[in-house]
Amino acid sequence: MKRTAPYLVLAALVLLPLMQYSPVLRLGSDWMHVIIMAIMWTVTGMAWNLLGGYCGQVSFGHAAFFGMGSYCAALMTFHFQASPWWGFLVSIPATAAIAMIMGFLVLRLRGPYFVLATLAIGEVMRITFENLVDLTNGTKGITIVRDWVDKTPYYCIILGLAVGTYLLIKRMIGSKWGYYFVAVREDQDAAESLGIDTTRYKTIALVVSAILTGLAGAFYTVYMGYIDPQVVFSLGDISILIIMVVMVGGVATFWGPAVGAVIMIALSEYIRTIPYLGTAYQTFFGILLIVIIIYLPNGLVGDYRKLAKLFTRKTPGAA
Amino acid sequence: MAILEVRDVSMFFGGLAALSKVTFDVEKGEILALIGPNGAGKTTLFNCVNGFYKPSIGRVEFKGETVSGLKPHQICARGMGRTFQVVKPLQRMNVFDNVLASAFLRNPARAKAEKVVEEVLLFTGLWEDREIISKGLPLGKRKRLEIARALATQPELLLLDESFAGLNPAELDVSIEIIKSIKKMGITIMIIEHHMKVIMSISDRIVVLNYGQKIAEGTPAQIGHNPQVVEAYLGEAADA
Ligand SMILES: Nc1ncnc2c1ncn2[C@@H]1O[C@H](COP(=O)(O)OP(=O)(O)OP(=O)(O)O)[C@@H](O)[C@H]1O
Ligand SMILES: [Mg+2]
Repeated sequence: MKRTAPYLVLAALVLLPLMQYSPVLRLGSDWMHVIIMAIMWTVTGMAWNLLGGYCGQVSFGHAAFFGMGSYCAALMTFHFQASPWWGFLVSIPATAAIAMIMGFLVLRLRGPYFVLATLAIGEVMRITFENLVDLTNGTKGITIVRDWVDKTPYYCIILGLAVGTYLLIKRMIGSKWGYYFVAVREDQDAAESLGIDTTRYKTIALVVSAILTGLAGAFYTVYMGYIDPQVVFSLGDISILIIMVVMVGGVATFWGPAVGAVIMIALSEYIRTIPYLGTAYQTFFGILLIVIIIYLPNGLVGDYRKLAKLFTRKTPGAA
Repeated sequence: MAILEVRDVSMFFGGLAALSKVTFDVEKGEILALIGPNGAGKTTLFNCVNGFYKPSIGRVEFKGETVSGLKPHQICARGMGRTFQVVKPLQRMNVFDNVLASAFLRNPARAKAEKVVEEVLLFTGLWEDREIISKGLPLGKRKRLEIARALATQPELLLLDESFAGLNPAELDVSIEIIKSIKKMGITIMIIEHHMKVIMSISDRIVVLNYGQKIAEGTPAQIGHNPQVVEAYLGEAADA
Protein backbone atom coordinates (compact mmCIF):
# COMPACT_ATOMS: atom_id res chain seq x y z
CA MET A 1 0.00 0.00 0.00
CA LYS A 2 2.72 2.40 1.02
CA ARG A 3 4.64 1.71 -2.16
CA THR A 4 1.73 2.07 -4.53
CA ALA A 5 0.27 5.18 -2.91
CA PRO A 6 2.46 7.68 -4.79
CA TYR A 7 1.52 6.09 -8.13
CA LEU A 8 -2.17 6.10 -7.27
CA VAL A 9 -2.00 9.77 -6.32
CA LEU A 10 -0.11 10.56 -9.50
CA ALA A 11 -2.59 8.64 -11.67
CA ALA A 12 -5.49 10.48 -10.05
CA LEU A 13 -3.78 13.82 -10.61
CA VAL A 14 -3.02 13.05 -14.25
CA LEU A 15 -6.64 12.07 -14.89
CA LEU A 16 -8.07 14.98 -12.94
CA PRO A 17 -8.27 17.52 -15.83
CA LEU A 18 -10.56 15.10 -17.67
CA MET A 19 -13.16 15.83 -15.00
CA GLN A 20 -13.59 19.23 -16.60
CA TYR A 21 -15.32 17.50 -19.47
CA SER A 22 -17.19 14.88 -17.51
CA PRO A 23 -20.99 15.05 -17.67
CA VAL A 24 -21.38 14.18 -13.98
CA LEU A 25 -19.43 15.81 -11.16
CA ARG A 26 -18.20 18.38 -13.59
CA LEU A 27 -15.11 20.27 -12.44
CA GLY A 28 -15.45 23.99 -13.07
CA SER A 29 -12.55 26.26 -13.87
CA ASP A 30 -12.76 27.85 -10.41
CA TRP A 31 -12.08 24.41 -8.98
CA MET A 32 -9.20 23.94 -11.37
CA HIS A 33 -7.80 27.21 -10.03
CA VAL A 34 -7.93 25.98 -6.44
CA ILE A 35 -6.24 22.74 -7.42
CA ILE A 36 -3.51 24.54 -9.37
CA MET A 37 -2.85 26.80 -6.40
CA ALA A 38 -2.73 23.82 -4.05
CA ILE A 39 -0.13 22.14 -6.24
CA MET A 40 1.90 25.35 -6.48
CA TRP A 41 1.89 25.64 -2.71
CA THR A 42 2.90 22.01 -2.48
CA VAL A 43 6.01 22.88 -4.46
CA THR A 44 6.91 25.81 -2.24
CA GLY A 45 6.11 23.75 0.85
CA MET A 46 8.39 20.93 -0.28
CA ALA A 47 11.10 23.47 -1.01
CA TRP A 48 10.75 25.10 2.40
CA ASN A 49 10.64 21.69 4.05
CA LEU A 50 14.04 20.79 2.64
CA LEU A 51 15.65 23.72 4.43
CA GLY A 52 13.36 24.15 7.43
CA GLY A 53 12.19 20.60 8.03
CA TYR A 54 15.19 18.45 7.18
CA CYS A 55 18.06 20.87 7.66
CA GLY A 56 16.40 22.64 10.60
CA GLN A 57 16.95 26.19 9.33
CA VAL A 58 13.57 27.86 9.73
CA SER A 59 13.11 30.63 7.19
CA PHE A 60 10.55 33.39 7.50
CA GLY A 61 11.77 34.96 4.30
CA HIS A 62 10.96 32.54 1.50
CA ALA A 63 8.94 35.28 -0.17
CA ALA A 64 12.33 36.67 -1.21
CA PHE A 65 12.81 33.68 -3.51
CA PHE A 66 9.18 33.39 -4.58
CA GLY A 67 9.09 37.08 -5.49
CA MET A 68 12.43 36.93 -7.22
CA GLY A 69 11.20 34.07 -9.40
CA SER A 70 7.97 35.91 -10.13
CA TYR A 71 9.81 39.04 -11.18
CA CYS A 72 12.23 37.09 -13.35
CA ALA A 73 9.26 35.98 -15.44
CA ALA A 74 7.51 39.36 -15.41
CA LEU A 75 10.62 41.37 -16.25
CA MET A 76 11.40 39.21 -19.28
CA THR A 77 8.27 40.65 -20.86
CA PHE A 78 8.35 44.07 -19.27
CA HIS A 79 11.88 44.96 -20.35
CA PHE A 80 12.79 42.60 -23.15
CA GLN A 81 9.40 41.83 -24.73
CA ALA A 82 10.45 38.20 -24.43
CA SER A 83 8.22 35.34 -23.42
CA PRO A 84 7.73 35.22 -19.63
CA TRP A 85 8.44 31.50 -19.82
CA TRP A 86 12.13 32.39 -20.05
CA GLY A 87 11.66 33.47 -16.46
CA PHE A 88 11.82 29.85 -15.36
CA LEU A 89 15.35 29.58 -16.72
CA VAL A 90 16.52 33.00 -15.56
CA SER A 91 15.07 32.53 -12.09
CA ILE A 92 17.44 29.66 -11.37
CA PRO A 93 20.68 31.66 -11.27
CA ALA A 94 18.84 34.69 -9.86
CA THR A 95 17.34 32.94 -6.84
CA ALA A 96 20.51 30.90 -6.34
CA ALA A 97 22.49 34.15 -6.18
CA ILE A 98 20.09 35.67 -3.64
CA ALA A 99 20.27 32.47 -1.60
CA MET A 100 24.04 32.49 -1.61
CA ILE A 101 24.22 36.09 -0.48
CA MET A 102 21.63 35.37 2.17
CA GLY A 103 23.51 32.22 3.21
CA PHE A 104 26.75 34.13 3.52
CA LEU A 105 25.06 36.77 5.66
CA VAL A 106 22.87 34.67 7.93
CA LEU A 107 23.75 30.97 7.92
CA ARG A 108 26.43 31.50 10.54
CA LEU A 109 23.65 32.65 12.85
CA ARG A 110 21.83 30.05 14.85
CA GLY A 111 18.29 29.68 16.14
CA PRO A 112 16.18 32.80 16.51
CA TYR A 113 18.84 35.07 15.01
CA PHE A 114 18.69 33.15 11.78
CA VAL A 115 14.90 33.29 11.75
CA LEU A 116 14.86 37.05 12.29
CA ALA A 117 17.51 37.63 9.65
CA THR A 118 15.52 35.72 7.01
CA LEU A 119 12.42 37.68 7.93
CA ALA A 120 14.32 40.93 7.46
CA ILE A 121 15.71 39.85 4.10
CA GLY A 122 12.25 39.01 2.79
CA GLU A 123 11.01 42.45 3.77
CA VAL A 124 14.08 44.17 2.36
CA MET A 125 13.41 42.49 -0.98
CA ARG A 126 9.81 43.70 -1.00
CA ILE A 127 10.75 47.28 -0.21
CA THR A 128 13.55 47.20 -2.76
CA PHE A 129 11.23 46.00 -5.51
CA GLU A 130 8.65 48.62 -4.54
CA ASN A 131 11.19 51.39 -4.83
CA LEU A 132 13.26 50.43 -7.86
CA VAL A 133 10.51 51.85 -10.03
CA ASP A 134 12.54 52.00 -13.24
CA LEU A 135 13.38 48.35 -12.99
CA THR A 136 10.20 46.91 -11.56
CA ASN A 137 7.44 49.44 -12.23
CA GLY A 138 7.15 49.79 -8.45
CA THR A 139 3.90 49.22 -6.61
CA LYS A 140 1.92 49.49 -9.86
CA GLY A 141 3.08 45.98 -10.61
CA ILE A 142 3.42 44.26 -13.95
CA THR A 143 0.72 42.75 -16.12
CA ILE A 144 1.53 40.20 -18.78
CA VAL A 145 -0.64 38.55 -21.38
CA ARG A 146 -1.49 35.03 -20.42
CA ASP A 147 -0.97 32.37 -23.06
CA TRP A 148 -4.08 30.28 -22.48
CA VAL A 149 -7.56 30.82 -21.15
CA ASP A 150 -7.95 27.10 -20.59
CA LYS A 151 -6.48 26.01 -17.24
CA THR A 152 -5.40 22.54 -18.33
CA PRO A 153 -1.94 23.46 -19.69
CA TYR A 154 -1.11 25.37 -16.51
CA TYR A 155 -2.27 22.43 -14.52
CA CYS A 156 0.04 20.09 -16.43
CA ILE A 157 3.02 22.39 -16.00
CA ILE A 158 2.65 22.87 -12.26
CA LEU A 159 2.00 19.16 -11.82
CA GLY A 160 5.21 18.42 -13.72
CA LEU A 161 7.09 20.85 -11.49
CA ALA A 162 5.62 19.25 -8.38
CA VAL A 163 6.51 15.73 -9.47
CA GLY A 164 10.02 16.85 -10.38
CA THR A 165 10.42 18.55 -7.00
CA TYR A 166 9.12 15.51 -5.16
CA LEU A 167 11.52 13.16 -6.95
CA LEU A 168 14.47 15.49 -6.48
CA ILE A 169 13.87 15.89 -2.76
CA LYS A 170 13.17 12.21 -2.25
CA ARG A 171 16.45 11.41 -3.92
CA MET A 172 18.42 13.99 -1.94
CA ILE A 173 16.97 12.91 1.40
CA GLY A 174 17.89 9.27 0.79
CA SER A 175 21.48 10.13 -0.01
CA LYS A 176 24.46 11.42 1.92
CA TRP A 177 23.11 14.96 1.59
CA GLY A 178 19.88 14.11 3.36
CA TYR A 179 21.71 12.54 6.27
CA TYR A 180 23.96 15.55 6.48
CA PHE A 181 20.98 17.92 6.48
CA VAL A 182 19.31 16.05 9.33
CA ALA A 183 22.59 15.80 11.23
CA VAL A 184 22.91 19.59 11.03
CA ARG A 185 19.36 19.94 12.32
CA GLU A 186 19.87 17.57 15.22
CA ASP A 187 23.22 18.84 16.48
CA GLN A 188 25.54 21.20 14.64
CA ASP A 189 28.51 20.59 16.93
CA ALA A 190 28.21 16.84 16.63
CA ALA A 191 27.83 17.17 12.85
CA GLU A 192 31.00 19.28 12.61
CA SER A 193 33.00 16.85 14.68
CA LEU A 194 31.83 14.00 12.44
CA GLY A 195 33.38 15.68 9.44
CA ILE A 196 30.30 17.48 8.11
CA ASP A 197 30.95 20.94 6.72
CA THR A 198 27.82 22.39 8.30
CA THR A 199 28.04 25.78 6.60
CA ARG A 200 28.39 24.16 3.21
CA TYR A 201 25.45 21.80 3.61
CA LYS A 202 23.23 24.50 5.03
CA THR A 203 24.08 26.60 1.98
CA ILE A 204 23.26 23.71 -0.35
CA ALA A 205 19.88 23.21 1.32
CA LEU A 206 19.17 26.92 1.14
CA VAL A 207 20.11 27.24 -2.53
CA VAL A 208 18.10 24.21 -3.65
CA SER A 209 15.15 25.38 -1.57
CA ALA A 210 15.43 28.86 -3.06
CA ILE A 211 15.59 27.65 -6.65
CA LEU A 212 12.49 25.48 -6.27
CA THR A 213 10.60 28.30 -4.57
CA GLY A 214 11.67 30.67 -7.35
CA LEU A 215 10.35 28.30 -10.03
CA ALA A 216 6.99 28.27 -8.26
CA GLY A 217 7.15 32.07 -8.27
CA ALA A 218 7.83 32.17 -12.01
CA PHE A 219 4.88 29.88 -12.52
CA TYR A 220 2.71 32.23 -10.47
CA THR A 221 3.48 35.07 -12.90
CA VAL A 222 2.74 33.19 -16.10
CA TYR A 223 -0.40 31.73 -14.58
CA MET A 224 -1.87 34.79 -12.86
CA GLY A 225 -0.77 37.38 -15.41
CA TYR A 226 -0.29 40.10 -12.82
CA ILE A 227 2.16 40.62 -9.97
CA ASP A 228 3.24 43.43 -7.70
CA PRO A 229 5.72 43.48 -4.80
CA GLN A 230 2.98 43.45 -2.15
CA VAL A 231 1.66 40.20 -3.53
CA VAL A 232 4.74 38.17 -4.37
CA PHE A 233 6.99 39.40 -1.56
CA SER A 234 4.21 39.28 1.02
CA LEU A 235 5.26 38.29 4.51
CA GLY A 236 1.82 37.02 5.52
CA ASP A 237 0.55 35.58 2.24
CA ILE A 238 3.80 34.01 1.06
CA SER A 239 6.52 33.58 3.71
CA ILE A 240 4.19 32.65 6.54
CA LEU A 241 1.73 30.73 4.41
CA ILE A 242 4.58 28.49 3.23
CA ILE A 243 5.45 27.73 6.85
CA MET A 244 1.79 27.05 7.65
CA VAL A 245 1.53 24.63 4.74
CA VAL A 246 4.44 22.62 6.10
CA MET A 247 3.43 22.86 9.76
CA VAL A 248 -0.14 21.78 9.10
CA GLY A 249 0.92 18.95 6.81
CA GLY A 250 3.95 17.76 8.73
CA VAL A 251 7.50 19.00 9.07
CA ALA A 252 10.17 16.75 7.56
CA THR A 253 7.67 14.38 5.93
CA PHE A 254 7.44 13.69 2.20
CA TRP A 255 3.68 14.13 1.95
CA GLY A 256 3.22 16.83 4.57
CA PRO A 257 3.55 19.77 2.20
CA ALA A 258 0.98 18.31 -0.21
CA VAL A 259 -1.54 17.62 2.56
CA GLY A 260 -0.88 21.01 4.13
CA ALA A 261 -1.23 22.84 0.81
CA VAL A 262 -4.56 21.22 0.00
CA ILE A 263 -5.94 22.06 3.44
CA MET A 264 -4.61 25.60 3.58
CA ILE A 265 -5.72 26.54 0.07
CA ALA A 266 -9.14 24.93 0.46
CA LEU A 267 -9.58 26.66 3.82
CA SER A 268 -8.49 30.06 2.62
CA GLU A 269 -10.72 29.89 -0.45
CA TYR A 270 -13.62 28.83 1.73
CA ILE A 271 -13.09 31.28 4.58
CA ARG A 272 -12.73 34.21 2.22
CA THR A 273 -16.27 33.64 0.97
CA ILE A 274 -17.79 33.94 4.46
CA PRO A 275 -19.40 37.37 4.74
CA TYR A 276 -17.83 39.84 7.21
CA LEU A 277 -15.48 37.26 8.69
CA GLY A 278 -13.78 36.52 5.37
CA THR A 279 -11.32 39.39 5.53
CA ALA A 280 -10.06 38.08 8.85
CA TYR A 281 -8.85 34.82 7.30
CA GLN A 282 -5.38 35.34 8.69
CA THR A 283 -6.85 35.26 12.18
CA PHE A 284 -8.27 31.83 11.45
CA PHE A 285 -4.86 30.70 10.21
CA GLY A 286 -3.27 31.99 13.38
CA ILE A 287 -5.70 30.05 15.55
CA LEU A 288 -5.27 26.97 13.38
CA LEU A 289 -1.50 27.19 13.72
CA ILE A 290 -1.72 27.41 17.50
CA VAL A 291 -4.00 24.37 17.62
CA ILE A 292 -1.66 22.42 15.35
CA ILE A 293 1.44 23.31 17.36
CA ILE A 294 -0.23 22.26 20.61
CA TYR A 295 -2.02 19.10 19.53
CA LEU A 296 -0.25 17.90 16.38
CA PRO A 297 3.30 19.25 16.54
CA ASN A 298 4.33 16.90 13.75
CA GLY A 299 1.46 17.95 11.49
CA LEU A 300 -1.34 15.87 10.02
CA VAL A 301 1.03 13.48 8.26
CA GLY A 302 3.53 13.22 11.12
CA ASP A 303 0.88 12.72 13.77
CA TYR A 304 -1.68 10.79 11.75
CA ARG A 305 -1.78 8.01 14.35
CA LYS A 306 -2.76 10.47 17.05
CA LEU A 307 -5.37 11.83 14.67
CA ALA A 308 -6.74 8.40 13.80
CA LYS A 309 -7.17 7.64 17.50
CA LEU A 310 -9.07 10.88 17.95
CA PHE A 311 -11.49 10.02 15.18
CA THR A 312 -12.13 6.46 16.24
CA ARG A 313 -12.98 7.58 19.76
CA LYS A 314 -15.38 10.34 18.81
CA THR A 315 -15.95 12.39 15.73
CA PRO A 316 -15.66 16.13 16.32
CA GLY A 317 -18.51 18.11 14.79
CA ALA A 318 -16.25 20.20 12.61
CA ALA A 319 -15.18 17.23 10.55
CA MET B 1 56.73 9.00 16.17
CA ALA B 2 54.29 11.61 17.43
CA ILE B 3 50.92 11.69 15.70
CA LEU B 4 49.79 14.71 17.72
CA GLU B 5 51.94 17.51 19.09
CA VAL B 6 50.45 19.99 21.53
CA ARG B 7 52.78 22.97 21.78
CA ASP B 8 52.50 25.69 24.42
CA VAL B 9 48.73 25.73 24.13
CA SER B 10 46.98 28.37 26.23
CA MET B 11 43.29 29.11 26.19
CA PHE B 12 41.74 32.10 27.90
CA PHE B 13 38.07 32.69 28.61
CA GLY B 14 37.95 36.32 29.64
CA GLY B 15 40.41 36.48 32.51
CA LEU B 16 40.36 32.74 33.16
CA ALA B 17 43.27 30.70 31.83
CA ALA B 18 41.56 27.35 31.21
CA LEU B 19 44.85 26.09 29.76
CA SER B 20 48.28 27.58 30.18
CA LYS B 21 51.29 26.57 28.13
CA VAL B 22 50.41 22.90 27.84
CA THR B 23 52.93 20.88 25.86
CA PHE B 24 52.98 17.14 25.19
CA ASP B 25 53.01 14.57 22.40
CA VAL B 26 50.78 11.64 21.62
CA GLU B 27 52.77 8.81 20.07
CA LYS B 28 51.37 6.81 17.21
CA GLY B 29 49.62 3.63 18.40
CA GLU B 30 49.53 4.41 22.11
CA ILE B 31 46.73 5.08 24.56
CA LEU B 32 47.40 8.37 26.28
CA ALA B 33 45.22 9.25 29.25
CA LEU B 34 44.49 12.82 30.22
CA ILE B 35 43.56 13.10 33.89
CA GLY B 36 42.99 15.89 36.37
CA PRO B 37 40.36 17.24 38.75
CA ASN B 38 37.07 18.78 37.59
CA GLY B 39 37.63 22.03 35.76
CA ALA B 40 41.30 21.25 35.09
CA GLY B 41 40.87 22.04 31.39
CA LYS B 42 40.72 18.54 29.90
CA THR B 43 37.66 19.07 27.73
CA THR B 44 38.97 22.49 26.76
CA LEU B 45 42.15 20.82 25.54
CA PHE B 46 40.10 18.42 23.38
CA ASN B 47 38.23 21.38 21.96
CA CYS B 48 41.52 23.05 21.07
CA VAL B 49 42.81 19.86 19.46
CA ASN B 50 39.74 19.06 17.36
CA GLY B 51 39.10 22.62 16.23
CA PHE B 52 36.13 23.81 18.27
CA TYR B 53 38.45 26.41 19.79
CA LYS B 54 41.46 28.06 18.30
CA PRO B 55 44.09 28.19 21.05
CA SER B 56 44.68 31.74 22.30
CA ILE B 57 48.40 31.00 22.17
CA GLY B 58 50.34 27.99 20.92
CA ARG B 59 49.55 25.43 18.27
CA VAL B 60 48.51 21.86 17.65
CA GLU B 61 50.14 19.67 15.01
CA PHE B 62 48.45 16.55 13.70
CA LYS B 63 50.51 14.18 11.54
CA GLY B 64 53.15 16.87 11.16
CA GLU B 65 50.82 19.65 10.02
CA THR B 66 49.48 22.57 12.02
CA VAL B 67 45.74 22.14 12.48
CA SER B 68 44.92 24.90 14.97
CA GLY B 69 42.73 27.37 13.13
CA LEU B 70 41.07 24.71 10.98
CA LYS B 71 37.40 23.87 11.48
CA PRO B 72 36.40 20.65 13.27
CA HIS B 73 35.07 19.06 10.07
CA GLN B 74 38.40 19.69 8.33
CA ILE B 75 40.33 18.17 11.21
CA CYS B 76 37.97 15.20 11.27
CA ALA B 77 38.53 14.71 7.56
CA ARG B 78 42.27 14.55 8.24
CA GLY B 79 41.69 11.58 10.50
CA MET B 80 40.68 12.69 13.98
CA GLY B 81 37.48 11.47 15.63
CA ARG B 82 36.09 12.57 18.97
CA THR B 83 33.33 11.84 21.43
CA PHE B 84 31.59 14.27 23.75
CA GLN B 85 31.52 14.18 27.53
CA VAL B 86 27.94 15.41 27.39
CA VAL B 87 26.72 13.03 24.70
CA LYS B 88 25.41 14.61 21.52
CA PRO B 89 23.49 11.94 19.62
CA LEU B 90 21.48 12.98 16.58
CA GLN B 91 18.40 12.67 18.77
CA ARG B 92 15.59 11.86 16.37
CA MET B 93 17.67 9.53 14.22
CA ASN B 94 17.99 5.87 15.03
CA VAL B 95 21.29 4.29 16.00
CA PHE B 96 22.00 3.01 12.51
CA ASP B 97 21.39 6.38 10.85
CA ASN B 98 23.50 8.16 13.46
CA VAL B 99 26.46 6.05 12.50
CA LEU B 100 25.59 6.18 8.80
CA ALA B 101 25.75 9.98 8.85
CA SER B 102 29.39 9.77 9.89
CA ALA B 103 30.28 6.80 7.69
CA PHE B 104 29.50 8.91 4.60
CA LEU B 105 32.67 10.91 5.24
CA ARG B 106 34.93 8.24 3.75
CA ASN B 107 32.25 6.34 1.80
CA PRO B 108 30.01 8.68 -0.18
CA ALA B 109 28.19 5.76 -1.83
CA ARG B 110 25.40 4.59 0.40
CA ALA B 111 25.88 0.83 0.01
CA LYS B 112 29.54 1.06 1.00
CA ALA B 113 28.72 3.35 3.92
CA GLU B 114 26.09 0.92 5.20
CA LYS B 115 28.66 -1.85 5.18
CA VAL B 116 30.92 0.25 7.40
CA VAL B 117 28.02 0.98 9.76
CA GLU B 118 27.30 -2.70 10.08
CA GLU B 119 30.92 -3.47 10.97
CA VAL B 120 31.10 -0.64 13.49
CA LEU B 121 27.80 -1.55 15.16
CA LEU B 122 28.76 -5.19 15.46
CA PHE B 123 32.13 -4.17 16.84
CA THR B 124 30.64 -1.86 19.48
CA GLY B 125 27.82 -4.24 20.36
CA LEU B 126 25.07 -1.90 19.22
CA TRP B 127 23.84 -3.95 16.26
CA GLU B 128 20.79 -5.21 18.18
CA ASP B 129 19.84 -1.62 18.99
CA ARG B 130 20.25 -0.29 15.46
CA GLU B 131 16.60 0.64 15.02
CA ILE B 132 16.18 2.40 18.34
CA ILE B 133 15.82 6.17 18.17
CA SER B 134 18.96 7.43 19.86
CA LYS B 135 17.06 9.70 22.22
CA GLY B 136 15.59 6.59 23.87
CA LEU B 137 18.88 4.79 24.42
CA PRO B 138 20.13 4.28 28.00
CA LEU B 139 23.19 6.35 28.93
CA GLY B 140 25.68 3.49 28.70
CA LYS B 141 24.70 2.79 25.12
CA ARG B 142 24.58 6.46 24.22
CA LYS B 143 28.20 6.69 25.37
CA ARG B 144 29.01 3.72 23.16
CA LEU B 145 27.13 5.28 20.27
CA GLU B 146 29.49 8.26 20.58
CA ILE B 147 32.41 5.87 20.12
CA ALA B 148 30.71 4.06 17.24
CA ARG B 149 30.03 7.30 15.42
CA ALA B 150 33.60 8.50 15.81
CA LEU B 151 34.89 5.12 14.60
CA ALA B 152 32.72 5.30 11.50
CA THR B 153 34.71 8.32 10.36
CA GLN B 154 37.65 5.86 10.24
CA PRO B 155 40.05 7.96 12.30
CA GLU B 156 43.74 7.53 12.97
CA LEU B 157 43.45 9.35 16.28
CA LEU B 158 40.44 9.01 18.54
CA LEU B 159 39.67 11.46 21.35
CA LEU B 160 37.43 9.95 24.03
CA ASP B 161 35.99 12.36 26.60
CA GLU B 162 34.84 10.42 29.66
CA SER B 163 33.36 7.54 27.72
CA PHE B 164 33.20 5.51 30.94
CA ALA B 165 31.48 7.98 33.22
CA GLY B 166 28.18 6.73 34.57
CA LEU B 167 28.58 3.15 33.34
CA ASN B 168 27.70 0.18 35.53
CA PRO B 169 30.43 -2.45 36.10
CA ALA B 170 29.21 -4.72 33.31
CA GLU B 171 29.08 -1.89 30.80
CA LEU B 172 32.49 -0.76 32.01
CA ASP B 173 34.04 -4.12 31.12
CA VAL B 174 32.45 -4.06 27.67
CA SER B 175 33.80 -0.59 27.01
CA ILE B 176 37.30 -1.44 28.21
CA GLU B 177 37.40 -4.38 25.81
CA ILE B 178 36.23 -2.12 22.99
CA ILE B 179 38.99 0.40 23.70
CA LYS B 180 41.59 -2.35 23.76
CA SER B 181 40.38 -3.69 20.42
CA ILE B 182 40.45 -0.21 18.92
CA LYS B 183 44.08 0.05 19.92
CA LYS B 184 44.78 -3.32 18.31
CA MET B 185 43.31 -1.97 15.08
CA GLY B 186 46.17 0.52 15.08
CA ILE B 187 44.14 3.56 16.10
CA THR B 188 45.84 5.96 18.49
CA ILE B 189 43.70 6.99 21.46
CA MET B 190 43.72 9.99 23.76
CA ILE B 191 41.28 9.46 26.57
CA ILE B 192 39.97 11.63 29.38
CA GLU B 193 38.93 9.56 32.35
CA HIS B 194 38.31 9.83 36.07
CA HIS B 195 38.14 6.09 36.73
CA MET B 196 41.64 5.40 38.07
CA LYS B 197 41.29 1.64 37.80
CA VAL B 198 40.48 1.94 34.11
CA ILE B 199 43.26 4.46 33.49
CA MET B 200 45.92 2.39 35.18
CA SER B 201 44.93 -0.76 33.33
CA ILE B 202 44.62 0.52 29.76
CA SER B 203 46.86 3.52 29.30
CA ASP B 204 50.46 3.51 28.09
CA ARG B 205 51.17 6.99 29.32
CA ILE B 206 49.36 9.61 31.37
CA VAL B 207 49.34 13.40 31.26
CA VAL B 208 48.04 15.18 34.36
CA LEU B 209 46.42 18.60 34.20
CA ASN B 210 45.63 20.82 37.19
CA TYR B 211 44.24 24.35 36.92
CA GLY B 212 45.07 24.37 33.23
CA GLN B 213 48.71 23.40 33.69
CA LYS B 214 50.45 20.15 32.97
CA ILE B 215 51.82 18.98 36.33
CA ALA B 216 53.10 15.55 35.37
CA GLU B 217 53.58 13.13 32.50
CA GLY B 218 54.69 9.50 32.58
CA THR B 219 53.78 5.83 32.72
CA PRO B 220 50.96 4.71 35.02
CA ALA B 221 53.52 3.46 37.55
CA GLN B 222 55.38 6.79 37.57
CA ILE B 223 52.20 8.81 37.89
CA GLY B 224 50.90 6.62 40.69
CA HIS B 225 53.95 7.49 42.75
CA ASN B 226 54.22 11.17 41.88
CA PRO B 227 53.60 13.12 45.13
CA GLN B 228 52.31 16.20 43.32
CA VAL B 229 49.73 14.15 41.44
CA VAL B 230 48.69 12.27 44.52
CA GLU B 231 48.12 15.56 46.30
CA ALA B 232 46.30 17.30 43.46
CA TYR B 233 44.25 14.46 42.22
CA LEU B 234 44.68 10.91 43.35
CA GLY B 235 44.13 11.72 47.00
CA GLU B 236 40.95 13.43 46.11
CA ALA B 237 39.87 10.58 43.85
CA ALA B 238 40.57 8.04 46.58
CA ASP B 239 38.36 9.96 48.97
CA ALA B 240 35.50 10.24 46.51
N1 LIG C 1 33.27 28.11 26.69
C1 LIG C 1 33.74 28.46 27.91
N2 LIG C 1 33.60 29.72 28.35
C2 LIG C 1 34.07 30.07 29.58
N3 LIG C 1 34.69 29.24 30.43
C3 LIG C 1 34.86 27.95 30.05
C4 LIG C 1 34.39 27.50 28.77
N4 LIG C 1 34.70 26.18 28.65
C5 LIG C 1 35.30 25.85 29.80
N5 LIG C 1 35.42 26.89 30.62
C6 LIG C 1 36.07 26.89 31.93
O1 LIG C 1 37.36 26.37 31.78
C7 LIG C 1 37.70 25.52 32.86
C8 LIG C 1 38.06 24.14 32.34
O2 LIG C 1 36.88 23.49 31.91
P1 LIG C 1 36.90 22.05 31.25
O3 LIG C 1 35.52 21.74 30.83
O4 LIG C 1 37.94 21.98 30.22
O5 LIG C 1 37.30 21.14 32.47
P2 LIG C 1 37.43 19.57 32.54
O6 LIG C 1 38.82 19.28 32.95
O7 LIG C 1 36.94 18.93 31.32
O8 LIG C 1 36.48 19.24 33.78
P3 LIG C 1 35.47 18.00 34.01
O9 LIG C 1 36.27 16.91 34.62
O10 LIG C 1 34.48 18.55 34.98
O11 LIG C 1 34.87 17.64 32.71
C9 LIG C 1 36.52 25.53 33.80
O12 LIG C 1 36.78 26.47 34.81
C10 LIG C 1 35.37 25.98 32.94
O13 LIG C 1 34.43 26.67 33.69
MG1 LIG D 1 35.41 17.71 30.78
